[in-house]
Amino acid sequence: MFSILRSIWLTFLHAFHKRETVGYPEKKPYLPPRYRGRIVLTRDSEGNERCVACNLCAAACPVDCISLQATEDENGRRYPEFFRINFSRCIFCGLCEEACPTYAIQLTPDFELGEYDRQSMVYEKEHLLISGEGKYHGYNFYKNAGVDMGVKAKGEGENEEPTVDLKSLLK
Amino acid sequence: MEYIFIIAGVLLIVLTIAAGLIWVERRLLALWQDRYGPNRVGPFGLFQVLADMIKIFFKEDWIPPFADKAVFVIAPGILMISILLTFAIIPFTDSFFVLDSNIGLLFFLGNSSLGVYSIVLGGWASNNKYSLLGSIRASAQMLTYEVFMGLSLMGVVMMSDSFNLREIVEAQRGMWFVFPQFIGFVVFLIAGVAETHRTPFDIPEAEGELVAGYHSEYSGMKFGMFFVGEYLGVTLISTLIVTLFFGGWLGPSFLPPAFWFFFKTAFFICFFVLLRASLPRPRYDQLMDFGWKILLPLVLLNILVTGAIILYLQ
Repeated sequence: MFSILRSIWLTFLHAFHKRETVGYPEKKPYLPPRYRGRIVLTRDSEGNERCVACNLCAAACPVDCISLQATEDENGRRYPEFFRINFSRCIFCGLCEEACPTYAIQLTPDFELGEYDRQSMVYEKEHLLISGEGKYHGYNFYKNAGVDMGVKAKGEGENEEPTVDLKSLLK
Repeated sequence: MEYIFIIAGVLLIVLTIAAGLIWVERRLLALWQDRYGPNRVGPFGLFQVLADMIKIFFKEDWIPPFADKAVFVIAPGILMISILLTFAIIPFTDSFFVLDSNIGLLFFLGNSSLGVYSIVLGGWASNNKYSLLGSIRASAQMLTYEVFMGLSLMGVVMMSDSFNLREIVEAQRGMWFVFPQFIGFVVFLIAGVAETHRTPFDIPEAEGELVAGYHSEYSGMKFGMFFVGEYLGVTLISTLIVTLFFGGWLGPSFLPPAFWFFFKTAFFICFFVLLRASLPRPRYDQLMDFGWKILLPLVLLNILVTGAIILYLQ
């Protein structure tokens, strides 16, 4: 009996509590920088595409919404000929971001992807590619890689010993 | 002629309030659950009711092929009619009422019993197990709660010496009946909640157990009539509580009597919503136990004591 009256009273007190609802379209909620929203392709600090078309993101994707075709430029540097994400399938799990060895594919806090046309949900490379570096600044895969792809000469990369000429007798 | 205007006025006011209550209830429930409720359509979401009405009129009004068609169609009408008829005996002010009947209170009790037919027939005609279970529950609940709903008012009748609601209000000039008849008030409030099938006594609907109880098979405006009927019932019980226990239109004279009546009624309507916001639904047998084993003896005791005191004072 007392507990019934008490719960009525406690419910009444909620009239003076702050409302939990966020008036969304007018008032945007704060989303942390690592929120998993719209997927972008980033560039390195020199403005080149980071993506090396290794297909690891497409392999990791549980719903197979990423499709890409690798090709090479004149230096032998791999890049995607096309890169397509179907956002009507994407579940924003972030596994592509985790799989990416070059920090190229990243998820952003933008979640407002509504479209009237289903075909508009398919993003091509020009829609995905942004001009900045995203969350990881100063990282350039080819400066850390051993191979020379026209970005840096062999042995001149970061954390890399200078090359040793094994055929020289003077060593 | 004037008579027709009053009837039309009462109908208009009552139906507008009942429809508006849909908005009021949603906003108030939201307030007590730290939400906003409907706030998009019009100022404060006030036009939500209009939008819902337009929607419900355009919905398919479907009668299941397995239903008993005639009864299925009549059932929601019975609810509306029995409740709307009862508003005839409510004295809104000392001059604004439809019927100044010397059996007003009995008219209300009779009509509220007729309201059960709507639910029982609706559930029966739906030819659906859940609906039938809902209406069985409803009939048992109504039988239980009708008994001491009537008895809880007898104290008021004894004290005012009349079944006429206007005279009952006049008899409260000295003191509101809620003070001498507090037990009667509490029992009537509980019975009123049960009468209108509102949470915590919405066992005939019990959407967690019975889909939607007796109106599972209803759609379109027929469902709308059950829905508005519930709010009409809330309004009716609130006006009756105000009339019988809280001095009706009586109040300090700096504001018109109509204001006092509507202010008090609004208070009890909000209280009904608060009950819904705070209390869980009891089990079916708990409801029956509570009715027969606690409320009925309590209300009989109330009548006994009231009668004894009145006799002693004479």
